[in-house]
Formats: sequence, structure tokens, C-alpha cells
Amino acid sequence: MALLDIKGLKTHFSTDAGILQAVDGVDISINRGETLCVVGESGCGKTVTAMSILKLIAMPPGRIVEGEIMFEGRDLVPLTSRELDDIRAKEIGFIFQEPMTSLNPVLTIGEQIAESLRRHEPVTKKQALERTVEMLKLVQIPNAAGRVHHYPHQFSGGMRQRVMIAMALACRPKLVIADEPTTALDVTIQAQILDLLQDMKERFGMAVMLITHAMGVVAETAQRVVVMYAGKVVEEAPVDELFGNPRHPYTQGLIRSIPRIDLDAAHKTRLEAIGGSVPILINPPPGCRFASRCKHAMSICTEREPRLREIAPGHRIACHLGDAS
Amino acid sequence: MAGLTLASPSAERRGYSPWRETWRRYRRHRPAVVSAVLLLLLIAAVVIGPFIWRVSISDIDVVAGLQGPSLAHPFGTDDLGQDLLARMIYGGRISLAVGLAAMLVSVFVGTLIGALAGMSRGPLGYALMWLTDLFLSLPQLPLLLMLIYLFRDGLKAVFGPEGGIFILIVLVIGGLRWMPVARLVRAQFLSLREKEFVEAARALGASPVRQVVRHILPNALGPVIIAGTIDVAAAIIAESTLSFLGLGFPPDTPTWGRILYDAKDFLDIGPHWALFPGGAIFIAVVAINFIGDGLRDALDARKVI
Amino acid sequence: MSQYILRRLMIAIPSLLGISVVLFVVLALAPGDPFSELATNPNVPPEVQAALRTKFGLDDPIYLRYLHWLVAMAQGDWGFSFVSRINVDTLILQRLPTTLYVVGSSQLLALLIAIPVGVYAATRPYSLFDQLANTFAFIGFSLPTFFTGILFILVFSVKLDWLPFVYTDLPGSGIKWALEMIRQAIMPVMVLGLFQAASMTRFVRSAMLDVIRLDYVTTARAKGLGQAKVIVKHVMRNAMIPVVTLIALQMPAVFGGAIVTEQIFRIPGIGSLLISSILANDTPVVMAVTFVFACLVVLFNLIADVLYGWLDPRISFR
Repeated sequence: MALLDIKGLKTHFSTDAGILQAVDGVDISINRGETLCVVGESGCGKTVTAMSILKLIAMPPGRIVEGEIMFEGRDLVPLTSRELDDIRAKEIGFIFQEPMTSLNPVLTIGEQIAESLRRHEPVTKKQALERTVEMLKLVQIPNAAGRVHHYPHQFSGGMRQRVMIAMALACRPKLVIADEPTTALDVTIQAQILDLLQDMKERFGMAVMLITHAMGVVAETAQRVVVMYAGKVVEEAPVDELFGNPRHPYTQGLIRSIPRIDLDAAHKTRLEAIGGSVPILINPPPGCRFASRCKHAMSICTEREPRLREIAPGHRIACHLGDAS
Repeated sequence: MAGLTLASPSAERRGYSPWRETWRRYRRHRPAVVSAVLLLLLIAAVVIGPFIWRVSISDIDVVAGLQGPSLAHPFGTDDLGQDLLARMIYGGRISLAVGLAAMLVSVFVGTLIGALAGMSRGPLGYALMWLTDLFLSLPQLPLLLMLIYLFRDGLKAVFGPEGGIFILIVLVIGGLRWMPVARLVRAQFLSLREKEFVEAARALGASPVRQVVRHILPNALGPVIIAGTIDVAAAIIAESTLSFLGLGFPPDTPTWGRILYDAKDFLDIGPHWALFPGGAIFIAVVAINFIGDGLRDALDARKVI
Repeated sequence: MSQYILRRLMIAIPSLLGISVVLFVVLALAPGDPFSELATNPNVPPEVQAALRTKFGLDDPIYLRYLHWLVAMAQGDWGFSFVSRINVDTLILQRLPTTLYVVGSSQLLALLIAIPVGVYAATRPYSLFDQLANTFAFIGFSLPTFFTGILFILVFSVKLDWLPFVYTDLPGSGIKWALEMIRQAIMPVMVLGLFQAASMTRFVRSAMLDVIRLDYVTTARAKGLGQAKVIVKHVMRNAMIPVVTLIALQMPAVFGGAIVTEQIFRIPGIGSLLISSILANDTPVVMAVTFVFACLVVLFNLIADVLYGWLDPRISFR
């Protein structure tokens, strides 16, 4: 049984202009101890999917319209926020995109990590502090015993993201959702943070759902990859299969947009971008949502929505190309 | 939520006049619409009123003193038997005129100081902002009282009792309320100064004055209109307060605050005398504040550009 | 932290000086000689008039006059009230505690109303409670204090006869006296407190709404802390930072309201002293009371700055 199994999730937002179908029928499953990457451009619904799992989206205007989110065999969708509080941080930890704004500026980082421990585990204040210092050491914050009493503004961006990781892992959750954890950081720091995340995963054996738009990050960290476009999953495959044999035109476009520095000048091809941008998801037209940007679009693409189908073991795509039926 | 970006639907509605759009948004604020109607009625009443209700404001009839509302005197009479409706119509003209005039003074001074502070990058800008902060921490009412105490007689000699007090009150109230406008205008300057279209104007050789008048001030208009609206209400309250303390207009000029001042010693036998002017001040102020609120929604002060 | 307070103090001094300059310039610009009024006042002996002219150096250049005046003020030599026939500083010190008592209690009342109402309204934006709170707040700060005062007297003194409408400085002690002191303060404190609560509620609500959508609040919710704890520990704590500044900016208006309230209920504080001195042409008292009000505003701004530094750790480290 998968650790987390999302089936047919639809999360919509009501806006002045109409219903925004941010996530529209997404299936994602994550096994224990596995690293799954979710990739796609900004605005394709990755973050909303992740936030829906613990109901961290603003409701209203957001609403989970349909679908189920099975975590260890239990559906999280019907749970109230109060019931979810026992699962938040304890079972599923969250690392956010913006380390600069995701920490409370008026509380010390120690207080912020310890409050999670105190909420979920029967520890005294002193024990919580000790565990916090221990966590800070694990995420390689120098002088952890002293730094625990410092405020977020006294840390650099990379250090703050280490604090966020310590906070997300403090209660040893079975699943960690990391929402673009390196996007806001300097390139040199990005690699360190990814390494740290990998380290922590090996140490604690938790599953990681890593949301990113950088294909380079995917190649380095993932075991399996889910490609999302405009609120839907368009392709899903083990990482080698995805890079070796990408089948969906959108995935192919994403892979071609990775700069190659390993090729010498003679073999370099022009970097390709995918034309156009993600459509607005208010009353989207019928058919494949990628059709307007797709080089291979056929007439059926604007009429019928392609279903996700398995083309090889563990490799599924939602595309009419090569579809016999 | 970071991944969620909404394309602005307004792009498709180009060609719409911005004023029409503002009006459309203003209309959605129901209390603001009701308030606008109420305020227009109030203004119409004090402007047209004397032509319809032709009762003198100073006819004394002690026998008919302190009567409640009746057909002959819809708002009742005061202790001297003077008709309150006529007095309130007359006083309303002054109260509303003071509010408007003081707002104009504060908007003018505020825009001037804010623009100067926003344009100069040197010590002048800092000095003006320090002055603005200093004025913000002045105790307004005591200062207002002191100024009126000191200058009342001098101006009375030059402009007559009513004119002198009017000029003094307008200048002093306006002169003590320009700071929010100055801050808003300066903030607009600082944020707009580096924006592309101002840079473009500068690159094209537009003179500083032209930059200010053509490009920056129109963008600061929204917040200034909102602050100005609130200023009208504040000035009406300030004038009423002065009159209520017996330090505003002279007794024979029945502004709403002055009527209230005269009435406050007769609360037990003639409560109507205090309730009508007090109610009028309240309605005017609440209506103006709601209009300000509606304008804030319509002009959306945070999205000026 | 102490360094921060010291720095704030250093900033407060120039603003006090600035205010004193404004006051002095106003006085100097006033047409005629404010002290010449004393010449027509039969209560003033001629030798006092002569002493005054020398003391204030009325024939010196203006900056010298300012310096003399400033030094005298700094030394506590605030002049002599010709109406009360005592020193101005003594007179003010007699009256000040009453004003501080009324203003302090009303600020406390305002906070006790505004914080819970504003916080609760912000957690349920556009709910019925929020709309009611908003409407009441709107009406509350559009109602001038002189009119609420009159309405209160009409209802609670004239119609219901529950509360006295004249505040008296009764001497005495014991429980009965204390109760009477509280009873007569109810109406003035309510008038001033409700007026303050109205604008404070709006500050609190909008500051809460600004903070509630920030990333770190989502982080706190992701920790499973529960709604109440997230609101109190993470949202409120941060929302109070701008609220402190806004309340400090309101202080001049608070003291303005205090003057009106003292006048309506005839409270023997410095506000009613100011009015009676103006009506009696008692210039030294008018100047001194205005200056005291200015000092109070600066003092409360200083307190707000200290609070600000205490609430926001980013400030004290700067």
C-alpha cells in the first residue's frame, strides 16, 4: 500500500471572474521512503496540490471539490482542520518555498521548532530545547546551542532553510513535502540544501514529495517523477525512464529547456523554450489543456480530454499521440 | 499559494474610461451610495432651505421658548423662542463651508509640502519630513484653542466678527491637518520617481515641474482624494468642537456646534434642542466617512498605478 | 535594548524643542502683547506687571526671549496664574492626576474592547459579527465626543437618573468614597473609551488581516498548533506592532477628546483648566497647559517606541 495516495483531487478557488480550477483531477501516489518529484511551470497547480493534502490552502476561497487523499489508508479530505492538526508536522512535515518569509520574525527559531515538538510529543520544555538543538546540529547549523536563541533575521537565507528543514523533521514525520525549497536561494546554496535533504531522508527513512520546476533538481534527487500541467497530471514515470524516453510533448519540451553544459560547442543545440504560457484556469476550453502550445496538436486534442493511461510499467501519460483508441 | 497566478481580467476591458470603472466599484459599496445621497440632500437643504423656510433665525419670542417640535416650529425652539430649523439651516451652511474650505487648505498645504519633500533628495526633504512628524505629534485641540485665543481679536477687527472667525478657523484647522496628505504625496513621489514612465519622461527632457504636474500628481490623486474626504469630516468635527467649547463662532452665528453649546444646559427640559444639531453633525460626519470608505474601495489606494 | 531606548530619548528631545519653538513663535506672532491684558486687569498689582515685563524681557530680540522662556520652563518656573493666584506649576500638578486617571482608564477600556473584537472579527472576515463590529466602529468614530457625552447625560442622568453628570473632586476616603469616585468616572471614561475603541478596533482588525495571510502563519498552521494558538501566538503578536504605532499617532486626538470630556462633565483636570484659562485670559496658564499636553503626547510616543522595540526584535538589534 502506498503511503500517500491522491485520487481524482480537484481543488477550486472562487474568484471574482469565476471558478478557478487550480487542481482538476490529480492522481499522485508516494510509497514509503521514496522521493517523488512533482514538476511543472509556475501556476500549474503543484503548490495547490501539496497544500490541499493538509488543507493549508485558504478556505474560502479555496475548496476541495472532489477526490480523496488516502494517508496510510485513511482519507484526509473529510477531516476537520482540528483533526488534521494531529497529522500536521507529526505525520507529514512541510518545507516552504520562501525561507525569508516562512519564519515568524518575532519568535526565536528555537521557540518555533520547539513548539512543534511540544504540540505533538510529551516532552518538557527542557527536553524540547535539547531536541531542538540536536535538530539544529543535524542540519549543520554551526554553534547550534547558541543560535537556538536567535531570531530569524539573524540568519541568512540558506541557514533559514536549514531551520525550516529542522522544523519539518523535528517530529520525525513519515512524509515530508518540500515546496520548491531551493527556488529562493543562491545557486551554490541550492546544492547544499538538496544534499542536506537527501542526507536527512537517508537518516530518517521518510518519503519526500519534492515540488520543483527545475528539471536539473529532478534528475539529481527523484526516484519517480510526476509532470503536471494546468492542474492535471500529464506524465508519470521512474526518473530514468522519464529522461530517457519522455512521451508527452510537454515533458519533452521541459527536458529540452534544460541547458546542457556537458556537450562541447560543436554539439550544442539551441536551447528550446515552450512557446506561450499556462492558460488561465477559469472555464478552460474542452480537450487537452496543452493543445494550444503543442507542436503535435491534432483535431481530437481540442475536442476530447486525454485520459491518463499506462504505456509501460510505471509509465503513464495523458496524450492522444500514439493512442490507438 | 505562490504557484497561483491569475492573469488580470482587466486587460480585456481596455477602452473603459477609468472614471466609469471607479464609479462601478463605488456603486458596490452600498453604505457609501446611501451616504452620498444623504450628503447631497443635506447640502441641498442648507443651500435651498432659506428660500423655502422663510423664518428669521433671530426672531425672539420668549413665550414660545423651549418648545418641542410642532407644525409652527418643526425642530422646536430654543430658550429665547428662536426657530431651530431656521437656525440649523443657517448654521449648516457655515459648518459645511468650514469643512470644505479647511479641507482645501490642508490638501493644498499637504500636496505642496509632500511634493517638495518627495522631489528633493537632500536635507530639505528630511527637514520637511521631520516637520511633518513634529506636526503629527502636536496636541491639535490645545493648539487650536490657543491660536484662536491669541488671534481672535486681531482678525475680528479686520474682517468683522463672522468673517474673521471663519478665516481663522479654516486656516488653523486646515493648517493643522495637512500632514497625512503630505505623507501620502511624498510616498507616491518616492515610489513613482523610479518608475519607467517617469524615467521615460525625464529621459525625454521633461522639466521637473512638468514631470510633477503631468505624471506624478495624477497618480497621487486617489489617496489624496480619500484623505481629503476624511479631512472634511474632521474639520466639521473640529469646528463643532470649538463652537461647543464656546470658543468658535460668536453666539449670534448659530453653527451646529454653537447650538449644541447653548443647549447643553437645558438637557432636562429641552432635549430636542441638543438632539437636532448633534444628530446633524453625526449624520454629516458619518456620511462623509462612509463616502471616504467607498472611495477607498473604488480608487483602491494600494493599487494606484 | 537600553541603547535603543536611549536613542529614542535623543529623538524625543528635538521634537520637544521643536514644539516649544512652535508654541513660542505662535505667542510672539500674536497681535498685540498678550501681557498687556494684565494691565487692564484690576487684580494685577502694578509691581507684578513691571516684574513680568523684565522677566520675560519683552524688549529683547526674539531668540533671546525664546531662550529665557525655555530656561524658565526647564527650571519649572512656569509663571503665575492671576486668576487662581498660585504658581502655574502647582496649579497644573493639582489638576494633572485627574486627567491622567480619566485618560488612562479610558485607554484601558478601549484596549479591552478593541483587541478581542478586532481579533475575533479578523478571524471571521465578512461574517455577521465582523460586519456588526465594523458598523459600530464606523459609527463610533464618527460620533464626536461632545455629542456622545450629551447623549449619555440625557440617557443615564436625566432619564434614568443612574449616574451623576457633574464630576466633583470630593475629599474623603473609605470604600464609600472610592465607589463614588468610580461611579462618577463611569460616563466620562465610557465616552472617551468608546470613541478610542472604535478606531482601535479598525486598526486591530486590519493589522490582523494583513498578518493572517503571511507565509509564516501557514508555517504555524502546518505545525498543527490549532487555530487559537496560531492566532494568539503568531498572528496577534505580529499584528500588535503596527497597532502600537497607530495608537501612538492617535494620542493628540485622545487628549483633544479629554479636553471636551472634561468640559462636558466638569472634571477638574488640565483640559477644563485650559478652557477656563482661555475664557479668563490667563495667558501663562494657557501656554503651560498647551505645553504639558505636548509633553504628554511626546511621552506617550516614547512609550510606544519602547513597546515597539520590545515587540519587534528586529528593531532593537538595528
